[in-house]
Amino acid sequence: MDMLYLLLRQTMFFSIPLLIVALGGMFSERSGITNIALEGIMVMGGFAGIYFINQMQSDMSGQWLLILAVIIAIAGGAIFSVLHAYASINLKADQVISGTALNMFAPAFVIYIARMIQPSGIANVSFKNTFLISKVPVLGDIPVIGDIFFNNTYITTFIGFLILIVSSIVLYRTRFGMRLRACGEHPQAADSVGINVYKMRYIAVIISGALAGLGGLVLTIPISTEFKGAVNGYGFLALAVLIFGQWKPMRILLASLFFGFMQTISAAYSAIPFLLNLNIPSEFFKMTPYIATLIVLAFSSKSSKAPKAVGQPYDQGAR
Amino acid sequence: MNNQNSINQFFDRLSRKKGTASLLSSLIAIGIGLVIGLIILLISNPEEAFAGFFTMLSGGLNDGTRSFGNVFYIATPIIMTGLAVGFAFKTGLFNIGASGQFIVGAYVAVLIGVKLPVLGGFQWIIGILAAMLAGAIWGAIPGLLKAFLNVHEVIASIMMNYIGMYLVNYLIKQTVLNVYTNRSLPVASTANIPKMGLTAIFPGSSINGGLLVAILFVILMYIILEKTTFGYELKACGYNRYAAKYAGINEARSIILSMAISGMLAGVGGALFYLSGAGVYIEVVDVLASQGFTGISVSLLGMSNPIGILFSGIFIAWLQIGGFYMQRYSFVPEFIQIITAIIIYCSAASLLIRNYLELKKINRDEKRSLDLIDDTAEIVNGKNEGGEN
Repeated sequence: MDMLYLLLRQTMFFSIPLLIVALGGMFSERSGITNIALEGIMVMGGFAGIYFINQMQSDMSGQWLLILAVIIAIAGGAIFSVLHAYASINLKADQVISGTALNMFAPAFVIYIARMIQPSGIANVSFKNTFLISKVPVLGDIPVIGDIFFNNTYITTFIGFLILIVSSIVLYRTRFGMRLRACGEHPQAADSVGINVYKMRYIAVIISGALAGLGGLVLTIPISTEFKGAVNGYGFLALAVLIFGQWKPMRILLASLFFGFMQTISAAYSAIPFLLNLNIPSEFFKMTPYIATLIVLAFSSKSSKAPKAVGQPYDQGAR
Repeated sequence: MNNQNSINQFFDRLSRKKGTASLLSSLIAIGIGLVIGLIILLISNPEEAFAGFFTMLSGGLNDGTRSFGNVFYIATPIIMTGLAVGFAFKTGLFNIGASGQFIVGAYVAVLIGVKLPVLGGFQWIIGILAAMLAGAIWGAIPGLLKAFLNVHEVIASIMMNYIGMYLVNYLIKQTVLNVYTNRSLPVASTANIPKMGLTAIFPGSSINGGLLVAILFVILMYIILEKTTFGYELKACGYNRYAAKYAGINEARSIILSMAISGMLAGVGGALFYLSGAGVYIEVVDVLASQGFTGISVSLLGMSNPIGILFSGIFIAWLQIGGFYMQRYSFVPEFIQIITAIIIYCSAASLLIRNYLELKKINRDEKRSLDLIDDTAEIVNGKNEGGEN
C-alpha cells in the first residue's frame, strides 16, 4: 500500500507541471496562437525561479521562499513569451518558426547566463529543497486522500489545482473567456462585434507564458536539486496533453494524470519490484512516456477539436 | 546623375528577381542577430566584448587552414540535416525530428563500420546507404501517423527524437560499446569516408569526402524540387493541400514520401559525421543530437532552398568554429546558439522585411505607371490641342 501511495505521489509530481503548462497552452491556442515555445518558456521560468532560490536560500527557506520563486518564474515566463506574441501577432510571423526560435534561444541563454554569472563557471544551478510539506494539518489525517494529496507534498500541487479551477471558470464563465474562444474560432466575427483580437491574443499568449514559466519551476523542485537548462521535452509533452485533452480543462487534467503516470513508470521503475523483475532494459522504460504519447495521439487525433483559427495570423486589414 | 540612374536601375532589376528579396531579408536577419549578439557580449564583459566578437566573426580564419577546413567538416552534417528540414518545409511539413533520424542513421553506419570490414572499399558507401534507409524509416513513422491518423508531425517527430535516442543508446550497449569510454567503438579504417584530396587543400583539418557527398545531395534535392514532376507534386501539397488534392495528387502518399526522404537526408548526415574519420564516437548519454536542431536553423536561414542551405550551413559552421575560439576569452560557446536563435527569430519576422521591400517596389511601380499616364496624357492632350488648331 505504501508503494501505491509513493507511486501516486510521484505521479502528482510529474502531472502537476504538465497540467499547468498544458492549461497555459490552452489559453494561447484557444485564442488562435500556436504556442510551440512552451518548452523554451519552461526553461526560462524554471531558470529564473531556481536561480532566485539559489541566491536567496542563505537568507530564507521554506514556503515563503518557494512562493516568491513562483512569482519570479511566472514573471520570467510571461516576459519571455511577449517575444512570441510580438512575432506572431504584430509581425504575423510563422508561429511555429517563432516558437522554435524561442525554444533554441532559452536553453542556450540560461546556460550562457549560468556560466557567466556563477563564480564556479558551471552550467547547473543548484538549490536546497526546503519545500516539502510532510503533513498538512487535519487534511493529512483523512484516509487514502490524505496520503495521496496531503502528506509529503508541495504547495505547488495545490497551486496547480487552483489554476485548473480558475482556468475552467475563466474560460467558460466569464466574458473574457468567451471572447478569447471567439478569437480562436473566428477572429473576423469577433472583430466585427468590437472585440480587439490583437489585445485578446496578447493576453492569452502572456498567460500561457506565465503558466509555462511556473511549470518549469514546479517540474524541477520535487525531482531534482539542480537546474540544468533543460526540461527534457516536457513542453512538447504538454502540447500532447493539450491535444489529448481536446483543449478542455477537465480533460486536460485526466490527460496530464495519464502522462504523469507514464513518466512515473519511466523514472521510478527501479523502485517497483514488479517492473524491475521484468528485466526490461532501462532505456525502454525511459521511452515509455514518448511511445505512450504517440499511441494516444494516434487514437485521439483523428477527431481533433482544435480551435479553427489556430496558427493563422490575424490581419485586420484582410477582413 | 546618369550614373545614379543606372545604379538605381541595377537595384531595381535585382529586387525584381524572385530570390533577392528572401536573400536580402536573410542578410538583414543576420545583421540584426549579430548586433544583438554584440550587445549581449558588451553587457556580459565590456573589456573583451569586441575582441570576442571579432574572433567569432573570424570563424575559420582563426587558425589557418586547420580551422578553415574544419568549417567544412562541421558544415557537412548540418547541411544534411538542413536539407532534411528544408525538404520537409517545402512540402508543408515541419520535421523537427531530424535529431532522431540523424542518430539512428549514425548508429547503423557505425554498426556497419565496426562489424563489416569484409566489405573493404565499399564499407563506407554501404554504411551511408544503410543510414539512408534507417533515417528514412525513422522519418516515415511520423509521416504515416500524419497521413492516416492526423497526428501533428511536430509532436510525433519530437517523440521519435527521444525514442531514437534511447533506442540507439540501448543498441550501442548491446553491439558496439567501448566499455571504458562509454561510447561507440572506433570504425574500421575502410569505413571512414575517403579524404578525396581535400586534406591537401586544408592540411591539419578534419575535412573529408563527406562534404562532396553533401554537395551531391544538395544538387540532387535541387533537381528533384525544381525540375521533376514528383518534386512539383510534393511542393503543391505544401502550398495548398486542398488544391493539390483537387488536382489529383495523392496527399497521403506525398506526406509519407516527403517525411521519408527528409529522414533519409538526416540519416545521411549522421553517417557523414560519424564516418568522418575525425575521432568522433556516439556517446551513450541522454542528450539529443544537436545537429538535428542546428539543421532547423540552417534550413530557415537558407529559406529552405537547397543552394541556400549549402551556404547557410557553411555560415553557421563558420560561426560555430568562431565560437570555439571565443573560449580564448571569457566567453562560452553557447553564445553561438543564442545568436543563431536571434537570427532565426528575425527571419521568422522577415515577412515584415519582405513586405516592406514589396511595398517599396509597388510604390515605385505605381509612381512609374503614374508617370506613364502623365506622359500619355500629355501626348494625347498635345494631339488634341493639335487637332483643335
